[in-house]
Amino acid sequence: MTTGDDRADGGTSARPVIADAAGPRSWRRAFNDLGQGWTQRPLWGYLGWQDIKQRYRRSVLGPLWISISMAVIATAMGVLYGALFDEKISTFLPYVATGMLIWKFVEGCILEGSEVFIANEGLIKFLPAPLSLHVYRLVWRQTLFFVHNLVVWVAVVIIFQTPLNWSVLLAIPAFMLLVINGAWITVLAGIIATRFRDIPPIIASVTQLLFFMTPIVWQYETLLRNAAFAERARIVELNPVMHFVEIIRQPLIGHEIVWRHWVVVGAITIVGVAAALVCLRNYRARVAYWV
Amino acid sequence: MVSIDIDGAGVDFPIFDAKTRSLKKAVLGRAGGKIGTDSKVPIIEALRDINISLRKGDRVALVGHNGAGKTTLLRLMSGIYEPTRGRAQVVGKVAPIFDLAVGMDPEISGLENILIRGLFLGMTRKQMESRVDDIAEFTELGDYLSMPLRTYSTGMRVRLALGVVTSIDPEILLLDEGIGAVDAEFLAKARTRLFELVERSGILVFASHSDEFLADLCDTAIWMDHGTVREQGPLREVLHHYKGRDVLAEIEAR
Repeated sequence: MTTGDDRADGGTSARPVIADAAGPRSWRRAFNDLGQGWTQRPLWGYLGWQDIKQRYRRSVLGPLWISISMAVIATAMGVLYGALFDEKISTFLPYVATGMLIWKFVEGCILEGSEVFIANEGLIKFLPAPLSLHVYRLVWRQTLFFVHNLVVWVAVVIIFQTPLNWSVLLAIPAFMLLVINGAWITVLAGIIATRFRDIPPIIASVTQLLFFMTPIVWQYETLLRNAAFAERARIVELNPVMHFVEIIRQPLIGHEIVWRHWVVVGAITIVGVAAALVCLRNYRARVAYWV
Repeated sequence: MVSIDIDGAGVDFPIFDAKTRSLKKAVLGRAGGKIGTDSKVPIIEALRDINISLRKGDRVALVGHNGAGKTTLLRLMSGIYEPTRGRAQVVGKVAPIFDLAVGMDPEISGLENILIRGLFLGMTRKQMESRVDDIAEFTELGDYLSMPLRTYSTGMRVRLALGVVTSIDPEILLLDEGIGAVDAEFLAKARTRLFELVERSGILVFASHSDEFLADLCDTAIWMDHGTVREQGPLREVLHHYKGRDVLAEIEAR
């Protein structure tokens, strides 16, 4: 007897789809889930906006608070660490602000990603929808946060007259890569964390550690210049987040583009997407049982 | 083309308690070998050996005691659970109406809630926008629709939820009891709308303890007992066996 059901469509799609004969652990189901979720753009697009508006409902400045708090943190960090490392504020503050901006997106995807299905338990149990819907909603929300924070980057670049050139356009494909990676980490962490409830706290502490290990409030080059640390500083290269931060930050603050980071990010993207797809294929149908 | 075919399906729930649903257990368990019974996750068989085949025009009542598996069966039909054994094939646009409160956000307005719920039930934004007036009229909420949902009373929320779900065009309608607190006058109105909705839908599966409602909406029945189908057939016979008396005759006699 074959195991599984033959619901080719997620149940809520606008048109009925002829059922296929695949089991619950099939590639077709996994891709169907992703496709179905994608066609529900109006729904997760709306929900993503709602999530943001919700947070700032009844406040006068509304979502502008996202940009303001970002500006405050970036300025404080920039001034403090700039003094500690004896850096010029005019170059160091844009560096910190841009780094923080990218970090916020990474952090949001990892932390909220691990809770994505647990937090949506009610929806998953009562309204049939593709699992990917919740993933798209989360990544979309983080993207909207990123766009709000981008205002801080614009302000900093204008104030400190950061020299930019055409390479700034590279930030767009770089951010797209970051979004794809945000999606796979959400799928992977979300499914694993739903099954093993010890994962979210582990992820939370690892993320905290990652922040300190990533050159955001300090500069990798500074460490390399110091002969005593140079050897140990190389360890930072093992931190995947560093490469993501670099590919977006370099064009945004007019630094020279180092292609090594793009290669690493490309490799991580391929491996991560593959891992998330395998996980989605095997455990997609189990999530409703686990939440 | 609308159909539900369930073939030897079963639904098993793994029960993870605080100990088994953790990595510690998995890691330590591997290192230390099997420790008695806790090496396996206990399982609850919520449904087993379900064979059901429904086609367009079927109006099915789902009866059975609490915990007999009615809601789980509805969730199986809606696609929320994929069977752990056997197969379930569902073709058509499914509208499950299980819990009216789920997916309703108290902080946003009634109108926005209407839109979100409609999108979840497979409608498009345009379709929902064209139905807003109809819903506003039916729910009698008027200007309240632009107020946040948290200012609504329970009854008003139920009205809103009923207004949305009865405005859609599903091919497969799955209704679970729990329509709850609404005033009698409104219920009479909801009834007509509910009947219209049932007429529009291709397949209806309705789980309820209200014999009158079942008699009004359904013509066949499935009796669930301890996770299996005890009996399947015409509503009158199944209800008779389930209740031990001819309930429909009593209702007609009234």
